[in-house]
Amino acid sequence: MAAIELRSATKKFATADGGTYTALKDISLTVEDGEFCAVVGPTGCGKSTTLTLVSGLERASAGAVLVRGEPVTGIDTSTGFVFQQDAVFPWRSVLDNVAAGPTYRGARRSEAHALARDWLRRVGLTGFEDRYPHQLSGGMRKRVALAQTLINQPRVLLMDEPFSALDVQTRAIMSTELLHLWDETKPAVIFVTHDLEEAIALADKVVVLTAGPGTVKAEFRIDLPRPRVVQEIRFDPRFTRLYEQIWEALRSEVQEAYDRTTRVTQVAS
Amino acid sequence: MKDSTAGGLVQDSPTDPAPTDATPTVLTRPGDAKPARSRVRPGALLHRSWVLFLLRTGIVVVLLGAWQIGVDTKAIDKFFWGEPVGVWQQLVDWVTIGTSQGSLLDQILVTLEEAVLGFVIGSVLGIVCGIALGRIRLLSELFGPFLKAANSIPRIILGSIFTVAFGFGVQSKIILAVVLVFFGVFFNAFQGTREVDRNLIANAQLLGASRWRVTRDVVLPSAFTWILASLHISFGFALIGALVGEILGANQGLGLLIRSSQNNFTMDGVLAGMVLVAVIALTAEALITVLENRLLRWRPPQSHGGAAVK
Ligand SMILES: Nc1ncnc2c1ncn2[C@@H]1O[C@H](COP(=O)(O)OP(=O)(O)OP(=O)(O)O)[C@@H](O)[C@H]1O
Ligand SMILES: [Mg+2]
Repeated sequence: MAAIELRSATKKFATADGGTYTALKDISLTVEDGEFCAVVGPTGCGKSTTLTLVSGLERASAGAVLVRGEPVTGIDTSTGFVFQQDAVFPWRSVLDNVAAGPTYRGARRSEAHALARDWLRRVGLTGFEDRYPHQLSGGMRKRVALAQTLINQPRVLLMDEPFSALDVQTRAIMSTELLHLWDETKPAVIFVTHDLEEAIALADKVVVLTAGPGTVKAEFRIDLPRPRVVQEIRFDPRFTRLYEQIWEALRSEVQEAYDRTTRVTQVAS
Repeated sequence: MKDSTAGGLVQDSPTDPAPTDATPTVLTRPGDAKPARSRVRPGALLHRSWVLFLLRTGIVVVLLGAWQIGVDTKAIDKFFWGEPVGVWQQLVDWVTIGTSQGSLLDQILVTLEEAVLGFVIGSVLGIVCGIALGRIRLLSELFGPFLKAANSIPRIILGSIFTVAFGFGVQSKIILAVVLVFFGVFFNAFQGTREVDRNLIANAQLLGASRWRVTRDVVLPSAFTWILASLHISFGFALIGALVGEILGANQGLGLLIRSSQNNFTMDGVLAGMVLVAVIALTAEALITVLENRLLRWRPPQSHGGAAVK
């Protein structure tokens, strides 16, 4: 039984002018338990939308979305979601932000705090427990969000460009760290990114989506050996070969998406 | 008046927040009353604030002086307009001799009790109802039109009814203050609840929060910026409720003091009463600002908000 399964899922949004906009069209995707799946695709192709379907925040307009064999009918708290935008609670200290999950799940305050301290250490934020989010850098806030989600040890982990706010160096370190953390509990992961190198370095499988409406264009198995060190793996010759193959599939979609946006602006101007 | 998005329940036009009861309550936007923090050297800041203080004092002295001179030279009729020296004398008399209704402190305490109780009860009701209607769609659809209608009537008139129905004691004043405070707080709490970042709610739900926990842990704190903005002017409303209630009929209180001064044609007494009310209002405003800064500690310093009146 697959951990995550989308069967010809379609998502339509109502638009302001009364019509509908198809963000995803007949997308089919399977992620096994313990598998790390990266999703790449041009901007606006429906990557975030895919994650909202799997998390139960949105319902598919057609097709089926299954998590561990069960159709998704609402928010499932065994799913973890690291949002693309900042979603840490600005009025909670860093410690209380990370402790939120365990507290909501009925842990006592002291237990939740002890657990949160441990996770702050793992994401390298020891010493920042009492800060408020606005007193942190963008990268630190992302790490708080990561700890906040991982502390619940989700069986299904959805991440929407979690490292896009980080500089290249921190990003590589955090990616390696993420692989360690993932290795401990082995959830099924969908990791959305714009960065193809990052996708290949992290994932077991890279899925390329088409320009919107998004559907799966191609899937690539990444058989690079684990454990991987993200900073070094890109020098592997197999890495370069995979990169070229996947980029070949992605390039036309990115071009297509880009052309479309510029075309629209030309008409508008 | 145009309807805004939030179910047509909230008026969206930014208007003068002065407590004029004839117009319906409008939203007070967060940040309206929030002083912009400046980033100047502490030394320079201290110097600046001293200069400002001296200038402000100068303005007051000049105005009061001009008024007094006007009265002394008979340009201003003190029968109608009073005079600064007389106002001061009246205050001294009230403090040393007492008022016709008993000691001055008692009058102040009665009015304060009415205003504070009205403020607290009205605010709590406003917050609870605002959040409940903001969170539960059915409730807002059901009660929205009634609240809008109630908001559009001049509520000060209710004072007459309350005075007749609840008597000359503090009760009728408290109820009037509650009614005046409720709407401002309610509309702000409602709007604040609607403005909560949907991502934060989604995040809390995924982290395992129940609906009640989402309301308590996400909606309430994030709506608080809106709610606190309305509390600033709400105490003013509460004070108006208490004073008007007293003027309409009471045994005690500053409003009655002002009323009896008016009946005796001592304008100095009316003005002295106003001075006392102003002191109360400013003190309350300062306390609410302290509360705001404590509750909103988590907020980054505001860079927008324009020049605030301190
Ligand atoms: N709530 C919504 N209502 C209407 N349209 C929406 C909504 N959410 C997303 N869309 C549209 O669906 C499309 C896909 O959006 P989505 O956020 O999934 O893109 P994305 O692939 O995550 O893009 P990016 O890489 O820039 O984050 C976009 O064209 C967007 O405008
Ligand atoms: Mg996205």
